Amino acid sequence: MATLARLQARSKSIAQQYYYRNSVVDIFRKKENDAAIKIQSWFRGCQVRAYIRYLHRVATIIQKRWRGYLGRQQYQVIVKLAYYTMKMNLYNAMAVRIQRRWRGYKIRKYCFNYYYLKEYLKAVSETNDAIREALEEFAEMKEREEKKADLEREEKERDYQARKMHYLLSTKQIPGIYNSPFRKDPDPWELRLQKAKPLTHRRPEVKRKRSICLSDWLACTSARSFPRSGILPPIDRKRCQGPFRDISEVLEQRYKPLEPTLRVAEPIDGLTEARAQLQKQEWARNVNDNMFLPFSSYHKNKKYVPTMHLSSKYGPDVYGTQHFRDENPKRWICNKDFQTVLPSFDLFSKYGKMYSKAGQIV
Amino acid sequence: MDRQFYVFSVMALLRPLLLDVVPTIQQTAALALGRLANYNDDLAEAVVKGDILPQLVYSLAEQNRFYKKAAAFVLRAVGKHSPQLAQAIVDCGALDTLVICLEDFDPGVKEAAAWALGYIARHNAELSQAVVDAGAVPLLVLCIQEPEIALKRIAVSALSDIAKHSPELAQTVVDAGVIAHLAQMILNPDAKLKRQVLSALSQIAKHSVDLAEMVVEAEIFPVVLTCLKDKDEYVKKNASTLIREIAKHTPELSQLIVNAGGVAAVIDCIGSCKGNIRLPGIMLLGYVAAHSENLAMAVIISKGVPQLSLCLSEEPEDHIKAAAAWALGHIGRHTPEHARAVAVTNTLPVLLSLYMSTESSEDLQVKSKKAIKNILQKCTYLPALEPFLYDAPPNILKHVVGQFSKVLPHDSKARRLFVTSGGLKKVQEIKAEPGSLLQEYINSINNCYPEEIVRYYSPGYSETLLQRVDSYQPLTN
Repeated sequence: MATLARLQARSKSIAQQYYYRNSVVDIFRKKENDAAIKIQSWFRGCQVRAYIRYLHRVATIIQKRWRGYLGRQQYQVIVKLAYYTMKMNLYNAMAVRIQRRWRGYKIRKYCFNYYYLKEYLKAVSETNDAIREALEEFAEMKEREEKKADLEREEKERDYQARKMHYLLSTKQIPGIYNSPFRKDPDPWELRLQKAKPLTHRRPEVKRKRSICLSDWLACTSARSFPRSGILPPIDRKRCQGPFRDISEVLEQRYKPLEPTLRVAEPIDGLTEARAQLQKQEWARNVNDNMFLPFSSYHKNKKYVPTMHLSSKYGPDVYGTQHFRDENPKRWICNKDFQTVLPSFDLFSKYGKMYSKAGQIV
Repeated sequence: MDRQFYVFSVMALLRPLLLDVVPTIQQTAALALGRLANYNDDLAEAVVKGDILPQLVYSLAEQNRFYKKAAAFVLRAVGKHSPQLAQAIVDCGALDTLVICLEDFDPGVKEAAAWALGYIARHNAELSQAVVDAGAVPLLVLCIQEPEIALKRIAVSALSDIAKHSPELAQTVVDAGVIAHLAQMILNPDAKLKRQVLSALSQIAKHSVDLAEMVVEAEIFPVVLTCLKDKDEYVKKNASTLIREIAKHTPELSQLIVNAGGVAAVIDCIGSCKGNIRLPGIMLLGYVAAHSENLAMAVIISKGVPQLSLCLSEEPEDHIKAAAAWALGHIGRHTPEHARAVAVTNTLPVLLSLYMSTESSEDLQVKSKKAIKNILQKCTYLPALEPFLYDAPPNILKHVVGQFSKVLPHDSKARRLFVTSGGLKKVQEIKAEPGSLLQEYINSINNCYPEEIVRYYSPGYSETLLQRVDSYQPLTN
């Protein structure tokens, strides 16, 4: 009983103490709670971070493997392409070699003989020189002949004069005009008079002979077609003894002209070459270089101005790009729409306010 | 009006004198009429209108040779002025009488008759046909064989006038066997006869290939080449005309002329003449070169190109210059070798100046432009092309730059020369529209050089360098 009384006496203080201790702790309770929470959150954060790190590592490995796989695929494609290109280059180079040889052979054998052309041109220039010399000689000869003819004519005239004046010759008794005694030598006319024969009666004129024939000079080439390089057999060919084939047949086969197929006869870019050649010919031939425009385009003289979309160098925008004028509801300040300040026109304002009471608006 | 009256009164006076009893009066009256008609075509018309011709024709058949000569002289004098007057002569039946006169013994009568026929046939093809139908051609061929030089000259000139109009008439003349005689007469020393003979042969040869071949078959080469050295200018001109008319038909005929050394002779002849005499020779070179590239090469090795460029620069007349430009264009258009041979002689700047100058006639401008275009398409000789970069008009400039862009990628020495001569600088200065052919050529030329050099020569580079100097901050240590 005493204990009980003691306990009861202390019960108030117990209640007080109890309350006091609980309330004292209350101050620290929040603090300690917060601290505990902090510690726990930190720890949980560490856990999660570790987990995330782990996840990152794993994801990196997967991505690495995947990217390697993609890259190897790509690499195979590249290698295949490079190999193919290399092969085609080699084939092209070899084909060019074959074509080169073939073209050289064909031209040399069938189409054009360069050395023959050179010989021909040399022969032409030699002929030219020969002709030039011959013509100069001819001109000189003509001049000489003319001079000779002139001299002869003068001589003939003087002779004729002397023959007409033969009576002026000096005799033994009387010295003539040209033989004056006071001169040392007689005048040359005197000698001429001595040689001259007196004129006789006129005889009919002798016809003049034709001049020298000049047509037997350089041999005139009568070959009028372009001379080909000779592939004909020699003329006096002894007949071969024995059962040989007919020579004309053999030569026909041996020197058979080339008959290329249509595919080979024309170069592969024959069409483009022919076009280019035609263009060149047209350009050289045309007096006016400007192209004739069709008359329907006569009024279309305005230069084309493209739109901004087409003249931008970056191309059209990607779908979904936001522009300045686009609406962005998230940035609107309030939800309300614009209010009409001005009244709308009164189409429906009279609705229900007319004479009849049917459908009246309250 | 007064003059007409005067003329008619004179005709009225002379006409009865033609019917006078005394033969000398008749002859003198005819001679007077002939001289009057010779002077002026109004007077000749008055002779026709005065009805004198039928009288003349009638008495031509009967009178003596002096009267025949005088009457033929009247007919010649009337017929030479215009085709209408000649037609009037034909209409009054004079042709038959003239042809009868051609058979006369006296060579003077034959000469007068042949002269009259020649003048009548000169005007047009119908009159020539009328002369041929009257049977004049065989008699003219006989006249050619006569010994008198004057008669030969006139007969040959009459045949040449007949043959010049159409191939059929030329064929008629050839069928009478005239070519052989003409070929022999080339050797005659008389200069005027040679003129006529060569002119007749060229009128025959010009119509068709067959006629030209017939002329050639008469073995005139190489004798004709001696005529190119004659002293008389017109003999030279007619000889070169003959050779030109033969050469222009086919490559084979040109080949023949080249083989006979004709090209060299003609080139010498061009060198020794001046003016219009040169023109047929220049055209011959053009025709020969136009046929094929081998023939053009033959012209080049005969030293034709320096002579032609001399003609081009020296001659004062535009049509001769145009012919020389045309011939050079044909020589140079075949292959780069030919173009090089032409370009080496420095003719391209001359051609360009002729094309650009405003004083040249339109024909000259067109021909020099075509020649430049033809030569430029094949020219790979760069030193000759460089002056073109500076003065050429844009349509030619494009092709010049194109030629450079073809040659420069392959030749390193040419590239160096191009830079040092200032060509690269000029090319950078050319403004071209992007995307045009000219821009592509310029790009391909720029690709032949390292980038620094291209930038160095681009216009405005010194300004950009100076701007860099302005904006440069030196390092402060």
